[in-house]
Amino acid sequence: MPYIPHTDQDIQAMLAKIGIKSLDTLFEEIPKNLRINGLTGIPEGLTEMEVAKLMHERAHKNKPGLCFIGAGAYEHYIPAVVWDLVSRGEFLTAYTPYQAEASQGTLQVIYEYQSMMRNLMELDVSNASMYDGASSLAEAVLMAVRANKNATRKAALIPQTLHPAYRTAIEALTKQHDIELIDIPFTTKSGHIDFKALEKYADSGVAALVISQPNFFGVLEEVDDLTNWAHQHNMLVIANVNPLAMTFLKAPGQWGEKGADIAAGDGQPLGAPLSFGGPYFGFMCCKQDFIRQLPGRIVGRTVDTEGKQGFVLTMQAREQHIRRAKATSNICSNQALLATASTIHMSLLGAEGLERVALQSHANANELCKKLTAIKGVELVFTGQPFFHEFVIRIPKPAVEILTKLAAAGIQGGYNLGAAYPALQNCLLICATETKSSADLELFAKKLGELL
Amino acid sequence: MKNITPIIFEKSIAGRRATSLAPKNKIVAKDIDKKYLRPNKPILPEVSELDVVRHFTQLSQKNFSVDTHFYPLGSCTMKYNPHILQNTASICGFTKLHPYAAVECCQGILECLFELQEYLKQITGMQGVSLAPMAGAHGEYAGVAMIREYHASRGDTGRTEIIVPDAAHGTNPASAAMCNYTVHEIPTLEHGDVDLEALQKAVGPQTAGIMLTNPSTLGVFERNIEKIAKIVHTAGGLLYYDGANLNAILGKARPGDMGFDVMHMNLHKTFGTPHGGGGPGSGPVAVNARLLPFLPTPIVGKKGNNFSLLTKRDLPQSIGNLSAFAGNVGIMLRAYVYIRLLGTEGLVRVGEMSTLNANYLMKLLQEANFTVPYPDRRASHEFIVTLRKEAKELGTTAKDFGKRLLDYGFHAPTTYFPMLIAECLLIEPTETESKQKMDEFAAIMANILQEAKTTPDLVKNAPYTMPVKRLDDVKAARDMDFGWKQEKK
Repeated sequence: MPYIPHTDQDIQAMLAKIGIKSLDTLFEEIPKNLRINGLTGIPEGLTEMEVAKLMHERAHKNKPGLCFIGAGAYEHYIPAVVWDLVSRGEFLTAYTPYQAEASQGTLQVIYEYQSMMRNLMELDVSNASMYDGASSLAEAVLMAVRANKNATRKAALIPQTLHPAYRTAIEALTKQHDIELIDIPFTTKSGHIDFKALEKYADSGVAALVISQPNFFGVLEEVDDLTNWAHQHNMLVIANVNPLAMTFLKAPGQWGEKGADIAAGDGQPLGAPLSFGGPYFGFMCCKQDFIRQLPGRIVGRTVDTEGKQGFVLTMQAREQHIRRAKATSNICSNQALLATASTIHMSLLGAEGLERVALQSHANANELCKKLTAIKGVELVFTGQPFFHEFVIRIPKPAVEILTKLAAAGIQGGYNLGAAYPALQNCLLICATETKSSADLELFAKKLGELL
Repeated sequence: MKNITPIIFEKSIAGRRATSLAPKNKIVAKDIDKKYLRPNKPILPEVSELDVVRHFTQLSQKNFSVDTHFYPLGSCTMKYNPHILQNTASICGFTKLHPYAAVECCQGILECLFELQEYLKQITGMQGVSLAPMAGAHGEYAGVAMIREYHASRGDTGRTEIIVPDAAHGTNPASAAMCNYTVHEIPTLEHGDVDLEALQKAVGPQTAGIMLTNPSTLGVFERNIEKIAKIVHTAGGLLYYDGANLNAILGKARPGDMGFDVMHMNLHKTFGTPHGGGGPGSGPVAVNARLLPFLPTPIVGKKGNNFSLLTKRDLPQSIGNLSAFAGNVGIMLRAYVYIRLLGTEGLVRVGEMSTLNANYLMKLLQEANFTVPYPDRRASHEFIVTLRKEAKELGTTAKDFGKRLLDYGFHAPTTYFPMLIAECLLIEPTETESKQKMDEFAAIMANILQEAKTTPDLVKNAPYTMPVKRLDDVKAARDMDFGWKQEKK
């Protein structure tokens, strides 16, 4: 039996020690009518060789292609060291560091992760990770509503420039608390938050304003003005950011006069492969003032009985295993391994290396944008505002048909905005990262030109 | 000082980096106005690739892990994580696939996920499965949210309470609270069964449901489960099953047959995916017919030979998506491979051997004079030892025993959970451990008991052989040092 080491002799000796004759007796406390005699619908076990063959066949049925899709998941080069180290059994098969003395490896890594993340965000503290960007942002909204004593309404302003799947996830995760999620439209010309529409909520007493940077369309928001406006009106600012972009763009703690209050987003660009959507990891950082409201695990530095440096899980009175129904969140297992991968990734590239990756991605997106908009009938939708590494084009043929044909030619051409944004029919959100060569960009432009 | 690994920032030398890992040229973003740009560089390490390799390799060597140590953490199911799971999930046809790639390009992964959904239905005896939740607690949230939607859809808005036994895992009441329910706790009786009388008194028109683990966190089967189901259902409530202990009954009994309406599973427990130092896990939910319309999206659907992801558009009554994409797909893939390796027979064997191991180890420890709170009950796949007597007479607590075990090369069992039993150790060997390993563990425990009797201080001040001695938790909470800061010179 796979991974079960017991020989018949072992089993006989163990049954004898327990004082029973058969394995069935072990289950005698389960009512007879509830006991089953084996499972149906599960195939017979395979050998490792057979399963490896099967999985290669299944992997082969996937066609990742040359990928120009972003929309919240970004293809970046991950150095060989990252997953070699993360796959070490001591990291991969360790558990939550409840026995701190036997987990100093994991605990120190997480402390270093927290240090790097909060530096990147220019905020005071980071937690040890959440499930993903969307659920992390939902927790940030819950946190802001809890923490903002000046708010008179349990509500948050959510721009339509936020990733649509994040918007619906926030709804699913905050629904039970009757939190009003107020949609703020974007300007059709520039693709950023519509200030005039926002102004309507100046004295609304809502708890928070969410700002994405860059936003879902790749466009840069006026983060300083928005932050100052929100603070003037007693709202907390929740920054939903791409951590890679934060190596050269103004970071949440630097927004406006006082800085954003909470930062939440997805750390996937820092060392997590695309993997059809997961596992990635959510990050959450905040100002010192809000630390007791921060969900998730936190590692703190301390000393042992001999004064030697060590690390422990701390501030556990916020968490489910201590506070139970009164916990800030029910989160237990998070995405520690991915946070570990990102820590190694950030250490390898450093600020300079990551900035180069970000800038190369920006340059490639610019170049691709030029090439694609040179095709007859293709127009850039949002003008007048810079973008990071994604941009939106409108094409003269149905987006679904074009994307299907591109896929058949081995190119994943972009994200179709029409479903989530009725005003953006036949518009594609396209991304180019540092992984694309000039030849790749040229190929895409050529293929798209042929199809149009 | 021996064994200190400096914080990686302390190894930084200005200007140092692994140059081959980033683009050769540095672009200047001339088209982006200064007002959007960072005024400073973020503080990240400046080290070489070799520095990084040595640093994190050294750190890893300070960890206990399943690959290196026996890890009998009750409630966590620290079974062996087959390396082939990691290997197959890392094939680039899986890792390079974008979640929004054209659906016809994703048929390989979708087929695996669809089959996983089907297998989990069979294993649990339920009608529908969603793989979306990313951990057990996430699944609990989804399950309780579905209960809420169900009652709301019937216009039954007066149901404001969720019943939770006092032995429940902390995530249960926390999840109920996240769904805006009040938690009503009921007691457990001396033989480990939920108090039926208390339950009968607790149910009423305000009852939305009950959350149960079976076998319970006390390490025994909830014998009255059918009566419990009847009481709650009669009062109009639903039954939620916390699948953390599914390992004990794999192939021997199914939550669907016991009357549960909704449940979650922990793929990182029962289905052998690695714990990763605290995740990623995966917490799929399963439901019976009543709750099918409310499952969280996306769900993998099949039409003919084609697979696709079903969203809220296809399932309008769904509680919605709980994350941006499809969940922890890489973990689901590993669980799929695990099930393909074990097959029907292997899965049944898991239930049998994990239960055999727990009962065997319990007997050995009883013979070594340890006290078990339920000596007349069969253990499930885990059992409790209480050190209340030893704490009182010798001054050595469950915490002390746990720390001393580390010196002997064993990770401590779960301590102080469930909170009902004083000074408890919750011990779960899992089926991947041999008889010989358990004999060894029992002998060491007997040894430590002897130490506690003759030289209690030795036990009270353990561990001695770890990278650090006991850590000052109070100082950690007081100092609030959660990140490295450059020392001011």
